[in-house]
Amino acid sequence: MLAAQRGRKAIVVTFGGGARDEETFMPDGQENIPHLLTELIPRSTFFAQVVNRGILGHYVATASLATGFYETFNNFAAVPPGHPTVFEYFRKDLKRPATDTWVVAPSNGFNRIGESAQPSYGHGAGVVLPKRLLTSALSSSSAVEYEHLLHDNYETPLYAPEISGNEVELPQLADLLKLSVAGFTAHARNLASPDELSVYVAKELMRQLAPSLLWITLHDMDVAHAGCYSLYIDAIQRTDRLCAEIWKTVEADPEYAAKTTMFILPDFGRDSDLDSAGNGFQHHRTGDALSRTTWMIVMGPGVRENVVVERAVESTDLVPTLGALFGFSPRFAQGKPLAEVT
Amino acid sequence: MRSRDLSSELFKAYPPQARQLAIAQIGLLQQLPESFVPLLLREVIAYDWKFPAERKDLDRQFAYLGSLPPGERQHTLSGFTELRLSSELERFDWVNQPVQYSERLSAYLWTTHQIDAFSKAAADYVRRVDEAQPLEPPPVARLGIVVVGQGVSNSRYPLFRKLRKQGVYFNRVKPDDGLHILLDAVAARAAAHPAPYGHWYIEGGSPVTPSRAGLSAVSYQSLEPVRTALLNKMETAVQSGIGGPEALRTMMAQLRPEDVGLSGASEDAVLNHFQVSVLTEGSGTQIFSTTFVQWAVREALRRAQPLTILARFAPRQRDRPMNELLSGKQQNLILDPEGSLIDADMGAFYTRLNLQRLAGGEKSSFLAWFEDHSEAVAVAPTLPRNTESTGAVDLKDLLGQIT
Repeated sequence: MLAAQRGRKAIVVTFGGGARDEETFMPDGQENIPHLLTELIPRSTFFAQVVNRGILGHYVATASLATGFYETFNNFAAVPPGHPTVFEYFRKDLKRPATDTWVVAPSNGFNRIGESAQPSYGHGAGVVLPKRLLTSALSSSSAVEYEHLLHDNYETPLYAPEISGNEVELPQLADLLKLSVAGFTAHARNLASPDELSVYVAKELMRQLAPSLLWITLHDMDVAHAGCYSLYIDAIQRTDRLCAEIWKTVEADPEYAAKTTMFILPDFGRDSDLDSAGNGFQHHRTGDALSRTTWMIVMGPGVRENVVVERAVESTDLVPTLGALFGFSPRFAQGKPLAEVT
Repeated sequence: MRSRDLSSELFKAYPPQARQLAIAQIGLLQQLPESFVPLLLREVIAYDWKFPAERKDLDRQFAYLGSLPPGERQHTLSGFTELRLSSELERFDWVNQPVQYSERLSAYLWTTHQIDAFSKAAADYVRRVDEAQPLEPPPVARLGIVVVGQGVSNSRYPLFRKLRKQGVYFNRVKPDDGLHILLDAVAARAAAHPAPYGHWYIEGGSPVTPSRAGLSAVSYQSLEPVRTALLNKMETAVQSGIGGPEALRTMMAQLRPEDVGLSGASEDAVLNHFQVSVLTEGSGTQIFSTTFVQWAVREALRRAQPLTILARFAPRQRDRPMNELLSGKQQNLILDPEGSLIDADMGAFYTRLNLQRLAGGEKSSFLAWFEDHSEAVAVAPTLPRNTESTGAVDLKDLLGQIT
């Protein structure tokens, strides 16, 4: 049992930021997620109702996913989560080195997600913010070539907190990944969006460091806050494709194949068209049932395939489930391990 | 600050009509819970620039609250009374800054898991007001018209998928002179049923014709100097380190028409305040014309409750990094007509939903047309649902079928 846990790996992909069933699993939305529907779900246990009872802001909600506790800090503040993160449990209980767990996150707002403020913990994951890396690698004259990759927080373009925490700077990452800055920027030129850049960096991490616990936060679809439905749909389709691409990478890499459990879940949904307090897909402000209820795909060795779990589970159940898979104890988490996949 | 401590003196910074209303209702305001009064004052403080329908709605709420015996009023508002507030909120100057208070209250309710209780209290309150003081039906069935797809020559996008379920889809519409036919029809309704802010034309590009009598007209293109002034203010605020998104929202909420080059005191004051609110409160309205039209229509319907609204979407600019979009620098501006068509299709659906939310919404009629093309969808109580018509028809005939 312990030996099996020792070789185990897990990848968490947040299908963010904010996708509604209307544009994904409802009949009219299914055309936007062909890869999930035909390639991933048939090989997974699918949780049809994952309820998020916390604050529906992307950083605080993603931090809650990572701690298993509904965090209540200001979504737009540069603060660490109040409770230990899954990365800290993983490293402390299993005595894993810093290189064994990483977070790839979309924007400056997520730079503190790797480690909590809990005094008895504090050693968590390195956080890679690919857009910041790219920005730091570019001269101002060349930035225009990469403008499509440099989108930051869509909800509050002003929000750019001071970087502090366990965020990794470019030279350090280049050294770790044996990646030249020129190579990084050259590859970035051919990518279509910030999430493409995140997945590229995640794949490099997998190739060079093969971390056992990797967390990838996708965020392109939060462009919905700008009110343009077409951009939101484009982002969902791209995220669908990227999820399949990550799984293909897992299957093709001997370090990951047959020993990796992958979790894919949105951080939360978006407002219903029918709630007059909101403006449909554009925001996630009403806290209505649609914006709180999403889904989760779990796939990998030992996970039953083509199974749908109808019972409602909570987004805080993710960390205890990871704890059960790896053998660490998420003692501060509010959720429970999901028996269907542990 | 406690409600019972409210006095006339505290409202001296309010605009004239708002001050008059607050002072007239001060006895009632003093008896309302602190978790509710600021929300009411948020409406009162803007009274001078509210549309007639909004004023009527506020008067309706005061009439309802004033008609209740104290015990019953307490019961009606118990959902608000039971909310736990922070000492910071209790100390906040909610008399003079009710909008900022509302934002802080909202954030606090989320962090303390009281947002659902608040939403329920608000919904219960609105329902009770509506039951006690029913909304008046409109003098004529409301009409909404949305024109989409300007600048798109060919598209394979399946238009009006959501709307088709509600009405009849026409695929042989004669597009000749379509815009003028629609504008003429709207102008004719304005002449037949005159009402202040009762008939609207909201344009995502340049207005088709000069303004017509009786129509409240708003256009993205006409507001370009205002948008530029606003974006400059936002950029200046960012560069000066204003202190984050909350401070920016506060700054935006305090902007008056005269701060961005519009008149705040003329006969257009109400419309100018509306236009500024669309640009300062709507996310993306400053930079994407499709978002501007959708949000302006939503707000016009919600606030002015018009009898007629005509909205025309135009191509928006291509997506670019948010900081660059907000800088307002329009070098190499590239349009995205195809994406804009998809935005507008959803905007048309939302317009229909928002039209239905108004008094008499179930009797309203709706038409969406793919500009210069042969596709349209019409919804009306007299038309079947989820039906397709392959017969040739012009827009005048179509309007005749739904009005």
